[in-house]
Amino acid sequence: MTWSVSARGAHQPDNTAFTQQRLPAWQPLLSAGITLPLFFCAGLAFIGLGLGLFYSSNGIKELEYDYTGDLGTSNCSVCATEGQGRAPPPNCSCAWYFSLAELFPGPVYLYYELSNFYQNNRRYGVSRDDAQLSGLVSALRHPANECAPYQFSASGLPIAPCGAIANSLFNDSFSLWHQRPQGGPYVEVPLDRTAIAWWTDYHVKFRNPPLVNGSLALAFLGTAPPPNWHRPVYELSTDPNNTGFINQDFVVWMRTAALPTFRKLYARIRQGNYSAGLPRGTYRVNITYNYPVRSFGGHKLIIFSNISWMGGKNPFLGIAYLVVGSLCILLGFVMLVVYIRYQDQDDDDNDDQ
Amino acid sequence: MFRRTLNRLCAREENRVGTRTVFVGNHPVSRTEAHVAQRFCDNRIVSSKYTLWNFLPKNLFEQFRRIANFYFLIIFLVQVTVDTPTSPVTSGLPLFFVITVTAIKQGYEDWLRHRADNEVNKSTVYIIENAKRVRKESEKIKVGDVVEVQADETFPCDLILLSSCTTDGTCYVTTASLDGESNCKTHYAVRDTIALCTAESIDNLQAAIECEQPQPDLYKFVGRMSIYSNSIEAVARSLGPENLLLKGAKLKNTKKIYGVAVYTGMETKMALNYQGKSQKRSAVEKSINAFLIVYLIILLTKAAVCTTLKYVWQSSPHNDEPWYNQKTQKERETLKVLKMFTDFLSFMVLFNFIIPVSMYVTVEMQKFLGSFFISWDKDFFDEEINEGALVNTSDLNEELGQVDYVFTDKTGTLTENTMEFIECCIDGHRYKDTTQEVDGLSQTDGPLPCFDKADKNREELFLRALCLCHTVEIKTNDAVDGTTESAELTYISSSPDEIALVKGAKKFGFTFLGNWNGRIRVENQRKEIEEYELLHTLNFDSVRRRMSVIVKTEGGDILLFCKGADSAVFPRVQNHEIELIKAHVEHNAMDGYRTLCVAFKEITPDDFERINAQLVEAKMALQDREEKLETIFDDIETNMNLIGATAVEDKLQDQAAETIEALHAAGLKVWVLTGDKMETARSTCYACRLFQTNTELLELTTKTIEDSERKEDRLHELLIEYRKKLMHELPRSTRSLKKAWTEHQEYGLIIDGSTLSLILNSSQDSSSNNYKSIFLQICMKCTAVLCCRMAPLQKAQIVRMVKNLKGSPITLSIGDGANDVSMILESHVGIGIKGKEGRQAARNSDYSVPKFKHLKKLLLAHGHLYYVRIAHLVQYFFYKPLYDAAYLTMYNICFTSLPILAYSLLEQHININTLISDPRLYMKISGNAMLQLGPFLYWTFLAAFEGTVFFFGTYFLFQTASLEDNGKTYGSWTFGTIVFTVLVFTVTLKLALDTRFWTWINHFVIWGSLAFYVFFSFFWGGIIWPFLKQQRMYFVFAQMLSSVSTWLAIILLIFISLFPEIILIVIKNVKRRSARRNLSGRRASDSLSSRPSVRPLLLRTFSDESNIL
Repeated sequence: MTWSVSARGAHQPDNTAFTQQRLPAWQPLLSAGITLPLFFCAGLAFIGLGLGLFYSSNGIKELEYDYTGDLGTSNCSVCATEGQGRAPPPNCSCAWYFSLAELFPGPVYLYYELSNFYQNNRRYGVSRDDAQLSGLVSALRHPANECAPYQFSASGLPIAPCGAIANSLFNDSFSLWHQRPQGGPYVEVPLDRTAIAWWTDYHVKFRNPPLVNGSLALAFLGTAPPPNWHRPVYELSTDPNNTGFINQDFVVWMRTAALPTFRKLYARIRQGNYSAGLPRGTYRVNITYNYPVRSFGGHKLIIFSNISWMGGKNPFLGIAYLVVGSLCILLGFVMLVVYIRYQDQDDDDNDDQ
Repeated sequence: MFRRTLNRLCAREENRVGTRTVFVGNHPVSRTEAHVAQRFCDNRIVSSKYTLWNFLPKNLFEQFRRIANFYFLIIFLVQVTVDTPTSPVTSGLPLFFVITVTAIKQGYEDWLRHRADNEVNKSTVYIIENAKRVRKESEKIKVGDVVEVQADETFPCDLILLSSCTTDGTCYVTTASLDGESNCKTHYAVRDTIALCTAESIDNLQAAIECEQPQPDLYKFVGRMSIYSNSIEAVARSLGPENLLLKGAKLKNTKKIYGVAVYTGMETKMALNYQGKSQKRSAVEKSINAFLIVYLIILLTKAAVCTTLKYVWQSSPHNDEPWYNQKTQKERETLKVLKMFTDFLSFMVLFNFIIPVSMYVTVEMQKFLGSFFISWDKDFFDEEINEGALVNTSDLNEELGQVDYVFTDKTGTLTENTMEFIECCIDGHRYKDTTQEVDGLSQTDGPLPCFDKADKNREELFLRALCLCHTVEIKTNDAVDGTTESAELTYISSSPDEIALVKGAKKFGFTFLGNWNGRIRVENQRKEIEEYELLHTLNFDSVRRRMSVIVKTEGGDILLFCKGADSAVFPRVQNHEIELIKAHVEHNAMDGYRTLCVAFKEITPDDFERINAQLVEAKMALQDREEKLETIFDDIETNMNLIGATAVEDKLQDQAAETIEALHAAGLKVWVLTGDKMETARSTCYACRLFQTNTELLELTTKTIEDSERKEDRLHELLIEYRKKLMHELPRSTRSLKKAWTEHQEYGLIIDGSTLSLILNSSQDSSSNNYKSIFLQICMKCTAVLCCRMAPLQKAQIVRMVKNLKGSPITLSIGDGANDVSMILESHVGIGIKGKEGRQAARNSDYSVPKFKHLKKLLLAHGHLYYVRIAHLVQYFFYKPLYDAAYLTMYNICFTSLPILAYSLLEQHININTLISDPRLYMKISGNAMLQLGPFLYWTFLAAFEGTVFFFGTYFLFQTASLEDNGKTYGSWTFGTIVFTVLVFTVTLKLALDTRFWTWINHFVIWGSLAFYVFFSFFWGGIIWPFLKQQRMYFVFAQMLSSVSTWLAIILLIFISLFPEIILIVIKNVKRRSARRNLSGRRASDSLSSRPSVRPLLLRTFSDESNIL
């Protein structure tokens, strides 16, 4: 309320559609006449899609092997017991033999799966320093506080890469051998370890710190590797494009999984004779068993899988589409019945009058 | 020494409590009396709340007094101090936004007030100091200063008029800005100071004014001026409101005046009157708060459950601290209880998004913007006063859709308050104004046998009385040479009745020519000019309900003319005269006319001396002046001779009857509260169809309770009897009362003021409570209640009584006069009519409209729509159910706020015309129907269902190795983004489903916000923002969209979550269609068989209505 005594300007309100709330408007009414056909159409479309998804999901082959080494089920149990309760555990190798009766169509992807591993735990999930990983020198020397207790080493050096995620980098390694003629020697199947991370992660998000005198090692001078690592980050690989923070395994690992059971891509098989897939024959997977999972009740699996247009094997989507589609049609029928009955009733009413 | 100081202090205290003494020109006047300086406030007006320095702290403090803001502040502080999953920005930013917007709004309003204050405070005024005219700023005026005011200036403070440029010491003032009365009022100077009209002479004046302490009543002022001329003895003169010039009023038709300031600044009556407008809260806001509490409980429970679950999960060591995820030393050492507590807090913060921060802002904005539609509405525009509706409080828009009881004033609200002189009756002879015969030829009328003219003397006396007994003034135009022949006499008066009467008298040949220096000139039928000296005016007041004048004729006779309501006049005249006129009066009253009786009395000079002395003494009195005057008036106005009566028609307002009918049909109860007498009020009620012909009337009036000895017993009997009748009648229908109106005998209750006070305040024993409850029971059963002979305070009393009924119904009051203000302020929604009785009602109301008929659209269309809109808005906000800081922050503000805002402004789920034409739709939303537990639970469960769908849908989707056709895997951020995308789309599309009125704005906003979401996601994730150095959301969104499966999953999830809603809508539509068919069918038969819904108005002859009277 103002004190000014001036009379309020009394002017006639504008006669526009907006001010008079008379804007032209579309007033759709979801009447049965429109919705019923829509329901049927949607239902049919969903069922069609669902069938497609279901079949393509079914067409995907997966081959998996649990090499955790529980109860001496496999030769990895030796490693499992050996490494019991020790972190980091000693090097140990084991192998998995399998044979294919027919061609495993390509391209074939090699995953590892961990279960009961909570990468989505909050304390774990924030324990990283993205600035450090993007190659910022200042962040290299002063890792973010979230990294604690993997922020500084016991001797007071900054840890690079810092944090619990990096520290727990998956360090089992696999190699695939194919016994081409029966009883013959095993030939190593080439595993393509490149391009397993997101393109943007590898090319933009993760950067090594600027080289000092052309040397990556000097760039990391004055930092300590995470306590669980055997070697510093700049020695993850001999390939200069795959070492340091831009090591592909590392980048894949750093993209934390959403669920406690998760798969991560290890390698693609697409080279040489194996571009069409894994041919018939006996195979051996050599496993370097480093990573302890039994201490937290987890499992490790190795998985061969191929991929369709919809990604990996996932029956859920197909089934869900089928269910929703049928539900649509079912309800469409129910409503049709209701609608017709109401219509009749109305007609009767009208006749009465 | 000490004692003296103490004495002085005490004296000063006393002075402040009782009266204040003002020395004119600040000259100390007496040498004998101890001069005690009183301190008064300066003339600065401060309506602003803040100053530059205290704005921030004060405004923040006030904002955080709001529960919601305070809650969010706490959450924010928790986020800052405790390690939480979401960054403090997520709650800090919206809070900051809310606070800033509110602060800016309030700051702006305050700046406006500052500016307005300054305009007033810095305006130049002229003060007489040491016999010179000094130019000063208005705020520098001190109490006691002599101020000069020129024509057409507003008074800078409350002044006592000392002198004016006119010789008789009068000035004309309009108080349009104070009470809306635009006529000129005459104010007088004290006789002794009239001559002092130069600066020098004024400066020589030695006088002291004693007056009461400031009080807000505009029309009350008691004071005394002691003038010390050369003689030692002071001359004391009384001061009344007619001497006081109020701040804000304007000087008219007078060149300049001198006045002495008595009240300044915040102590002026105008300033005192601006206070005390209380904030009204709407029922919806209360619902919101209730929802908030429910959600707060949910939140706390959720946080507690989650904390428990967390510790259960952590109980196994490999979950608590696996080797890959070790705790810091500090974390290990933290006390477990403390840790649990902080965990609890973090969970609370994490889930605090179920309580929407931005809702308050959106609600406020919706209300603020929405109120424009009311003031914009062309239908509310009135050609006559050239004004449309005005919204004073935008907080109550939705309350308009919730009204249960409507209290309406009669005069000026239901009726036009344009009076028209219809007829008069002199000594039982009826004079009807049909022809314009100058010689006052009377017309005979059918039913009355005596058609001859009354005695000529009596007739002239009557007409003279009409010409003399009033307070009408003539507006003098400069062009008109003030003499007789100009036919263009414009009458101005605060009461339209008087104008009608004066005009009526003119038609019969007696013309009132004006009032010069206390002499009234009247032109009689023979074109002669008669002059009367006006000795005293015994002003009208609502208690006496009459007014009188004492005049001296040219012949020296002293006459008293009195006019007033029949009940006020009949007891004071000789009995034998009454009979004839009474019949007339009653007949006229039945026809809906306002009747006044005119009486006169001759006063002998001796008597007059006595009366004069008494009156003068009473007018001088400082204390209880009113009471004293009243007793004298009472004394004078006795033993009069009744001459006749007048009938003035008060026209019904345009479409008043239709409006009342519509309101009735909408299930509202309409009560008429009026100060008029019962017969008039009743006939108006019939005219506007508040009572139908078949309404059975229950009367609780002084008439029915005639036995004055045992009033209370009789009252009790009646109450019991009526209740029995009603109770007996109603149980037959177990259906709701609102439906009963079509099928059952209707009852109307008539009660008058005195009976009401008997009920409400009857002897202090326990029975009064009993009466009250019985009375209320009766009231609630009646479809219409008419309360007549109401004092303004009683109106408010009634409103309060109904307001406190069980179920606390929402009340709406509508009125136009100052006497309705108390009622308007008391009820939930107050509506003022910009009527002729001044603007006070409109100023104090929450909404003001030009006419009563506008109430129909206001309630049925605007009220309904606003209610539906706001209800939807609130529910939607609670429905909107986590994750990156920016997303979370943007979620409530940008992605989902705008569409709902647009929706809430533009939605018309039912066409406005339909709403107006079918009032029954109003019933559907009465009783806050849309914000009750049912719909609330529905929305909550819907939200829970959708949340489940979102999460588990994505969960199952992520059971696979890869969602892309290149075998790469997604991480937790992708998971979150999928859920979030589905959420945004679902929530927005849900709104789209609920929108039934798609204007281009809706289209723009709904699709726009979806597009904006997509765009924002690309943008936010697409660039590594230089200021952030790193980006955890980097390319997640784009990567997500590169997978076909994700697309399919998103579509599926959106569809699933909207599925139940679609089905519900379709079913509803099918049902509604059939219902509508039934309805229209029924209505068709209705309109054929029963009475037409709106009958043409019968203005003059209420033939069928009056039959049952």
